[in-house]
Amino acid sequence: MPQDTLLDQADEAGGPRRRDAPPSGPAAPARRRLLGPQNRTLWFWVFVGPFALGLGLFTYVPLGWSVYLSFFDAHNTVSPTDFVGLDNYAAMLRDDAFTDSLVTFLVFTAFIVPATFLLSLSLALMVNRLRWAQAFFRSVFFLPVACSYVVAALIWKMSIFNGVRFGLANTVLGWFGADQIAWLSTTDPPWYWLVIVTVRLWLQAGFYMVLFLAGLQRIPRHLYEAAAVDGARPGWQVFRYITFPQLRATSIAVTLLLVINAFQAFDEFYNLLSDSRGYPPYARPPLVYLYYTALGQGQNLGLGSAGAVILALIIAVVTVAQARWFGLGRKED
Amino acid sequence: MSNSHKSVSRRRLLGVGGSLALTGALAAACGSNTGRDSEDSNGKPVIEQWYHQYGEDGTEQAVKRYAAAYGKTGKAKVEVQWRPGNYDQQTAAALLTTSGPDVFEANGPTLDQIQGGQVVDLTALLDGVKDDFNQAVLAPKTYDGKIWGIPQVIDMQLLYYRKSLLKDAGVEPPRTLDELVDAAKALTDKKTKGLFLGNDGGAGVLGGTPLQAAGLQLVTDGGEVGFDDPAAARALEKIRRLYADKSLLLGAPSDWSDPSAFIQGLTAMQWSGLWALPQVKKALDDDFGVLPFPKDGSAGKPSVPVGAYGAAVSSKAKHKAEAKAFVKWLWVDKTEYQEDFALSYGFHIPARISLAKKAAKLRDGAAGDAVRYATDHGYAEPLLWTPASKTAYQDALNRIIKDGANADQELRTVVRKVAAELRRVQKKS
Repeated sequence: MPQDTLLDQADEAGGPRRRDAPPSGPAAPARRRLLGPQNRTLWFWVFVGPFALGLGLFTYVPLGWSVYLSFFDAHNTVSPTDFVGLDNYAAMLRDDAFTDSLVTFLVFTAFIVPATFLLSLSLALMVNRLRWAQAFFRSVFFLPVACSYVVAALIWKMSIFNGVRFGLANTVLGWFGADQIAWLSTTDPPWYWLVIVTVRLWLQAGFYMVLFLAGLQRIPRHLYEAAAVDGARPGWQVFRYITFPQLRATSIAVTLLLVINAFQAFDEFYNLLSDSRGYPPYARPPLVYLYYTALGQGQNLGLGSAGAVILALIIAVVTVAQARWFGLGRKED
Repeated sequence: MSNSHKSVSRRRLLGVGGSLALTGALAAACGSNTGRDSEDSNGKPVIEQWYHQYGEDGTEQAVKRYAAAYGKTGKAKVEVQWRPGNYDQQTAAALLTTSGPDVFEANGPTLDQIQGGQVVDLTALLDGVKDDFNQAVLAPKTYDGKIWGIPQVIDMQLLYYRKSLLKDAGVEPPRTLDELVDAAKALTDKKTKGLFLGNDGGAGVLGGTPLQAAGLQLVTDGGEVGFDDPAAARALEKIRRLYADKSLLLGAPSDWSDPSAFIQGLTAMQWSGLWALPQVKKALDDDFGVLPFPKDGSAGKPSVPVGAYGAAVSSKAKHKAEAKAFVKWLWVDKTEYQEDFALSYGFHIPARISLAKKAAKLRDGAAGDAVRYATDHGYAEPLLWTPASKTAYQDALNRIIKDGANADQELRTVVRKVAAELRRVQKKS
C-alpha cells in the first residue's frame, strides 16, 4: 500500500521531537528513573493501570478464588473453612454426569466446527462470485449475527421445532404425511442435536462468511491469471491449489474461533433444553452442568470450582496443542 | 514554543481526564452504596422483602399494600422487591453477600441454607398457632426441631382430564397407574395426545410422585433412602410405557405448569397445578375433572405433591428482630391478609387450616376435590431431598423414560448417590 509506505518513511525520518527540560535538583534522577524518559512510565500506568486493575479485580482474583474454593467444602459460602484437599476433584472426575458432559461437548464440537466451516466457506465463495447485489446478499447472510442466542433459541424451541402439529417443522412433515416429531424431547434418534446445531449454524455462519470474504478478497488476482495460463481448470482445481491454500491464515483463525466458541456453549443449550425443574441428562455441556452444580439451588461452590478448574485445564491443553499444530504465530511465508 | 505548550496542555487534559475517569471507576467499583439504607430519614429501620414473580394479576400490588400497612404501624418501613427470573438462584447468590434481602420467600429454605446459618430460627413466631398450619408443608421447613420458614400458601399438583374426551373414548377416569397408561393410549389419536406430563416426558415435574404412589418415599422419616425397593422400578417403568406408547404430548409451546395445551385440546389429560384451575374452568366450564396421581400396586396410594413458599429471614439482615416481627405480623397475625393473598388473585390453599376450612371458593366442584386430595394424599418433598439427590434421581428418571434404560440398574445408582448425599448432610448436624 503506497500510503502505508509513505507513513513509515515519515516515521523513520523522525519528525521534530520535543525534548524534556534538563532535570534540576538532587531528587531529580530518582524521580526521573521512576517516571521514565518523558514521563513514559507514568503515562504507561495512567493508561494501562485502569485496565490492569479491572482485569486483576474482575478476572484474576475470581479465578484465583475459584481455585481456592475448589479445595474446600464450600456449600452456600464463598469463605469456606472446611479444607478437603483434592476430594472435590476426585468427586468431579468420578461423577459420570460430568464426564458425560465432556463427551457431549466433544460430540458438539465435532459437529459444529466442520459444519460451520464448510457452510461459511461455501457462502463466502458464492457471494464472492456475485457480480451484482453482492452487498445485499452479504448483509442478508450476516444479519443473523446480530440476533441474540437467547432469542434465536426461543424461536427455534417454540415456533420452528416445537413438538406439536402446528410447529413449522412438523407442518412441513405433515405435508408429506409424516408423524409429528417432538424434536427436543426425542432421544432416539437424537433429534435435539438437529435443533442445537442448526440454531448455532444460522447464528454464526454469517460472521465467518465475512471473515472468509475478507480472506478471498486479499488473494492477488495475478495468481489466478498465472494458474489460468498454466492450464488450471476453473472450479475445483483452482480452488484446491490456489484459493484454499491462500486462505490458510483465515482458515486457522476461523477454526480457532469456532473451537473457542464451542467451548463456551451455554446459551442455546440452556434455553432450548432447560425447564423450571432442571435440565435433561442428555446434550448437557460442561458449563451447563457446572452452572447447576455451583449456581443453581445446589450452591456447591467447591465442587463447581473444581469442575471449572478441570475444564480450564482441558481448554488450555487443547488450545496449546492446536496452536502448535497449526503453527500459530509462525511467520507466514 | 507554542507547539510544545499546546502539546503539554493536551497531555495535561488527558491526564486529568484519565485520572478523573479512574477515580470514578474506582469509586463505582469499591463504593458501598447499594441503593439501600438500613434506616429511613426518620430513623425507622428499613426491611427489604423479596418475592418471586407471581403470574397472577394483582399479587404484586397486594404485597406492596401489606408492606405499606406495616409501615403505618410505625415499627419499620418495608420495601418490597418483586423479582422476575430465576428466583432461587438470585436469592442463593444474594444470601452470600450483605446486600441481600432481610425477609424473603423461599421455595425452602434449603437444607444447606439452614446448615450454613444463612437463615434464622423462626420457631418462636409460631408459638401457640403451630398446629393451625398444614403439617405436610410445615415439615420440610422444620429441621432440628426448629422452624426456619413460615409457610405462606400451599400449592399442589394434580391431574386434569377432559370429561367429554374420556367419554367419547369410553374410558373411565383412571384410578391406578395401569389404568392411566391404558387410558392415555386409548385417548391418543392423530391430533390429540392422551397425557401431558411436561415437555420432558415427566422426569422434571413428577419427581417422587410415582414412588409415593407406589407406597414408597423419597427419604424415610429416619433419614434413609426410601425407594430401595423393587416397586420403585415397576412404577417408573410404567411411565416409560406411556412414553414408548407415544401417548405423551411432547414439545408443546408451553410447559406443564400452563394449562394451554389442555385447553387447546392438544391433550386429553394434563398434569398441572392447582393455580391453573380458574383458567381451565373459564375455558372448559364443567367439561373437566381432577384426580390425584393414581396409585400403583397393592401397597400404593394416590399421591399429590404439595409445597409451600415460606417466608424466611436472612441471618445477614441488619435488623433481625424487626424483620422477625414483620414476618410474624404478616404471616402469623394478619389472617385477613393471608386469606386475601391465597384466594383473591391466584388459586392457592391457605397454609392455615382454619383459613382453608373457611374458604368458600375451595368447597365445591373440582376445587373442593382438589383440596380433599391435598388433605388426604398430600406429600411434600422432604428437606433432606437436596438438589444433588434430585439431580441424580431426575437424570435417571429421564433415562428410564426416554432411553428405556433399565430402571433397576438406574435406580441402584441413584440409591447409592442419594445415600452418600444423605450421609453428608446428616454428618453436619
